[in-house]
Amino acid sequence: MGAGTRALDLKRLPGFGATAWFCLALLYAPIAVLVVFSFNASRSVTVWSEFSLSWYGKAIANTGIQQAAANSLKVAVVAMLAATVVATAAALATARGQRFRGDATAYLVINLPLIVPEIVTAVATLSFFALIGLSLGLGNVMLAHTVFCIPFAYLPIRARLEGMDRALEEAAADLYATPWHVFRRIILPLLAPGIVAGAMLAFIVSLDDYIITAMVAGAGQTTLPVYIYSQIRQGVTPEINAVSTILLMVSILFVSLSFVIGRKQR
Amino acid sequence: MVAGATAVPGAGEAALPGATGTRLLLLGPALGIVVLVGILPLGIILVYSFLTPGTFGGVVWKFSAEAYAQFLFDRDFLDDSLTFNAAYLGIFGRSLVQAGVATAACLLVGFPTAYFMATRPPATRNAWVFLITVPFWTNLLIRTVCMLLILRDEGLINNALVGAGLISTPIVMLYTDFAIGLGLMYSYLPFMVLPLYASLEKLDFRLVEAAYDLYAGRWRALTRIIIPLARPGIVAGCLLVFIPSLGAFLAPDLLGGGKHLMIGNLIQLQFASSRNWPFGSAAAMILLAAVLLALMLYVRTAAPRQRARP
Amino acid sequence: MRNLFIAVAAIGFAQFGGPAFAAGELHIYNWGDYTSPEMIEKFEKAYDVKVTVDGYDSNETLLAKLKSGAAGYDVIMPGDYMVAIMIREGMLETVQPNKMANFKNVDPRWVDVYWDSGREYSVPWQWGTTTFAVNTDVYKGDIDTLALMFDPPAELRGRINMLRDVNDVLNAGLRYLGLPRCNSNPEDLRKLNDLLLGAKPHWKTFAYEAKEMITSGDVDLTQIWNGYSMRARLDKPSLKYAYPREGFTGWMDNAAVPKGAPNLENAKLFIDFIMAPENAAMISNFARYANGIRGSDAYMDPELLSAPEIVMPAGAPAPEFVPPCEDEVVRMYDKIWTNLLK
Repeated sequence: MGAGTRALDLKRLPGFGATAWFCLALLYAPIAVLVVFSFNASRSVTVWSEFSLSWYGKAIANTGIQQAAANSLKVAVVAMLAATVVATAAALATARGQRFRGDATAYLVINLPLIVPEIVTAVATLSFFALIGLSLGLGNVMLAHTVFCIPFAYLPIRARLEGMDRALEEAAADLYATPWHVFRRIILPLLAPGIVAGAMLAFIVSLDDYIITAMVAGAGQTTLPVYIYSQIRQGVTPEINAVSTILLMVSILFVSLSFVIGRKQR
Repeated sequence: MVAGATAVPGAGEAALPGATGTRLLLLGPALGIVVLVGILPLGIILVYSFLTPGTFGGVVWKFSAEAYAQFLFDRDFLDDSLTFNAAYLGIFGRSLVQAGVATAACLLVGFPTAYFMATRPPATRNAWVFLITVPFWTNLLIRTVCMLLILRDEGLINNALVGAGLISTPIVMLYTDFAIGLGLMYSYLPFMVLPLYASLEKLDFRLVEAAYDLYAGRWRALTRIIIPLARPGIVAGCLLVFIPSLGAFLAPDLLGGGKHLMIGNLIQLQFASSRNWPFGSAAAMILLAAVLLALMLYVRTAAPRQRARP
Repeated sequence: MRNLFIAVAAIGFAQFGGPAFAAGELHIYNWGDYTSPEMIEKFEKAYDVKVTVDGYDSNETLLAKLKSGAAGYDVIMPGDYMVAIMIREGMLETVQPNKMANFKNVDPRWVDVYWDSGREYSVPWQWGTTTFAVNTDVYKGDIDTLALMFDPPAELRGRINMLRDVNDVLNAGLRYLGLPRCNSNPEDLRKLNDLLLGAKPHWKTFAYEAKEMITSGDVDLTQIWNGYSMRARLDKPSLKYAYPREGFTGWMDNAAVPKGAPNLENAKLFIDFIMAPENAAMISNFARYANGIRGSDAYMDPELLSAPEIVMPAGAPAPEFVPPCEDEVVRMYDKIWTNLLK
C-alpha cells in the first residue's frame, strides 16, 4: 500500500541531505589542512615547504606535550562522566512531575556556568580554591571542568525529555512498575540519544577549555590547550598538528573498535 | 492537537519523581556542585566589582562603585563630572549581533543536518553523530588557524576558483565579518546539531504522514509539524550557541583580524594589561544580569506551555 | 560499555605510578617553547632533580594567576616590567643571584637594570627588541623609520599587522611623535589618540602570529620581535628587520623565584646554573634570542651570532627598556586602546 513507499518519501526533505554533506565538508576541511601540515618541513602551519616526518619525531620525543595530552583526556573523561550523570538527574527532576516553585531558579542556577565569561570563572575559581586551600592536584581542574560541563550536558538531555511521549512511562506505572524500573527500562533507553549528545558536548567543551584551566591548573597539570596557547609568542609549530593528528587517529581507532565490538555483541 | 495524550494524569505523575524527596535527591548533586564551585566563587567576583583596582592588578579593599559607573560614563579627571560614553555599550552591542548571526547560521545549517541525521537508518545514525563530533576532538585554536589557509587570498578556495578559471581576482574572505561569522558557526556547530538531533530523533513520523494524508505540502509539514515538535531541541541549541558565542574571541581575533574588541576580549583585557579587575568583574556581572533576565523571561513564559503538553 | 570503563580506569590509574626517584623537584613556569629540553636534562642529571615545565602565554596571565593565589611554581620568567611590578608587590623571593658563583658571567650591562638594580631577585634569561619587519620585495625604500607604520607609503597601505599589545602599539606611536613614554599629559595623549585613529585604516590586522602573517603574504609589514623575525626571514629571505631611528623597545625576560616557592634550594641551584655560559648558550640556541651572559658566544650557533636581528648594526639607536607606568597612565592608555579597538 502507500505506507511502504511513503515511509521513505515522507522523511525526505529537499536540500536537507545536501546541507548535511556540506556541513561535513565544512567541518572536515580544516581537519584535512591540519593533517597535511603535520607533515610540513618548515615551522609554519599555513605555508607549505616540503614533506617531512620530523614533527612527528619531535612530538613522540616530547614528554611535555604527551603529558599535556594525557591530562586533557583524563580531565575530559572525568568531567564528561560526572557532568552527564549529574545533569541527567537534574533533567529528570526538572522536566518530569508537577511544576514546583523553585523550577525556574533551578534551571537558571544549573545553567549559570554557561553564562559567566570564562576569564571571570577562571579568576574566581582559582581565588576560591586558594582561599579554601583545595589542592587535589589534577582534581582541582576536573572539578572546575565538571561545573561548566553541566549545562552542556543538561540542555540536550532536557530537550530530549521534554519531547518524549509520557504514555509509555505512564503505561508502565499503571502496570505496577516501580519508579526505578520505569527509569531503567523505559526512560533511560529512550533518553539515550539525548544522554549521548549531552556527554559528547561536555567532552568536547572540556577538551578545548583554555583560560579556566590555565588559571586553575597547578604545576605539572598543563593540558593540551594550555600547552598550545602558551606557544603563541614563539609561534605555533606543526608539532601541534602532529600531536592533534595522532590524537585524532587514536580516538577514531578507539570509537571504531567500540563499534565493532558493539556490533559483535549484538 | 497532538495525538498520544494521556488519559490518566494522576497515576503516571505519582510514580515519577513527583515526591519532593526524590526530586531533591536528583537535583541535589547538580545544584550542589554548581552552587559550591560555581556560585560561591562568583560571589568573590561580585565583591571585587565593588572594590578599587590595585595598582598592578588585583583589588584594594576599599568600596567603590566606580567600576559600574565606568561602563556607561567617563569620569572627567579634572572636575569629576560624568559624561556618557558609548564605547562599552558599542562593544556589547557588536557582540550581541555577532552571537545572533552565529546562532542563526548554526540553525540554518544545523537543522537540516540534524534532521538528515535523525532520518538515517538506525545503524548509520550513530556513525553520523560520531562523524559530527570527531573534528571537535582537536584543539580549536589550531583548527581555526587552518581555516586561515582555506580562506586567505592565496588560500585553498581562491586558488581552486582562480585555477578553474571561475574568477580572475581572489574573493576577499579573510579578515572580514564573513570570516568571523563562518568561524563562529564552525566553532559552535555541534552545540546546535547534537541537541537538535536528540530532539528530532524521537520525532513521531506518523504525525508527518497524517499531515501528508491531509494534503499538506512539504513546507507546511515542516513548519507546522516538524519544527514545533523539535522546539525543545531548537531552544537548547540556540542557548548553547548564543551564550558562548557572546564571549567568543578566537574567531573574531584570528579570522577577523582582531580589529575590534568583543565582550570576551574586553573582560579578559581588564584582568590583563588594563589592570582593572573591578571593572572586569562589573562588566561580567552586567553581562550575567542581562542574560539571566532574558532566560528568566523565557522560562516564565515558554516553559508552562511545555508542561501543559502531554 | 563495562569494558570501556575498565579500560579508561586502568589507563587513569596507570598514570598515578610516579616516576621520580630523584632527590628533589623543580617546577618551572615559563613562556611556551622557551625552555631548552637539553638544558633541563643537563640540570636534572647534574643535581638529581625532577623538573616540570608548564607554559603561560603572557606576563599578564602570570601576574593574574599569582595574584589570585596560585602556588607551586619554583621558577618563573617574567619580563622586565613584570619583575619591577612583582618586586614592588613583594611577590619575589630575595634569592640574591649577585652572591652566587656564576654571577661573574653576567654581562655588566645587565646588572644595574631599572627593574632589579644590582640583581637581588632575578637573572637574565633572554633579551630582545620589538620593532617591525618589512617585505623588501614590496617596499624598496629606507625601512628604518616608524613612518612606515603610521604614515605608510602607498604599497604598504592596508598591508600592515600590529601586535595586539597596548604597550607595543602606543609606545611606537609616542616615539613617532617624539613624546615621552609613560605619558600622562592629556595634550600628548590626544595627539597620540588622533595618530592611532588616523593610522588604523592602513592597518590590516592586530595579531600575535606575526610570522605566519608575513610569511604567508597576508601582510607586508608587521610589528614583530627580533628572534621571531629571524625565524620568519629563514622562510622568506626578502624580509628585513628594521631599527627605526625614532627608537624601539628592548625587553628582557628574567628567571626569578616567586615567594613561597616549595623547592627554594633547587630554585637557587637553577638560577645559578643558567648563569653559566654553556647553559645560557643552550637556552639561546633553543629559543633563538640573545642571552645576557658573557662568554656564551663560544657555544652559540653561528647563525645567531651573525643574524642582523640579534646583533644590532652599528648605527642603530639603543633599545629602550620601558618601566611599568603609574595607575593613571595605565587608565588613560586603556581608554585609548579601547577607543582604538571598539
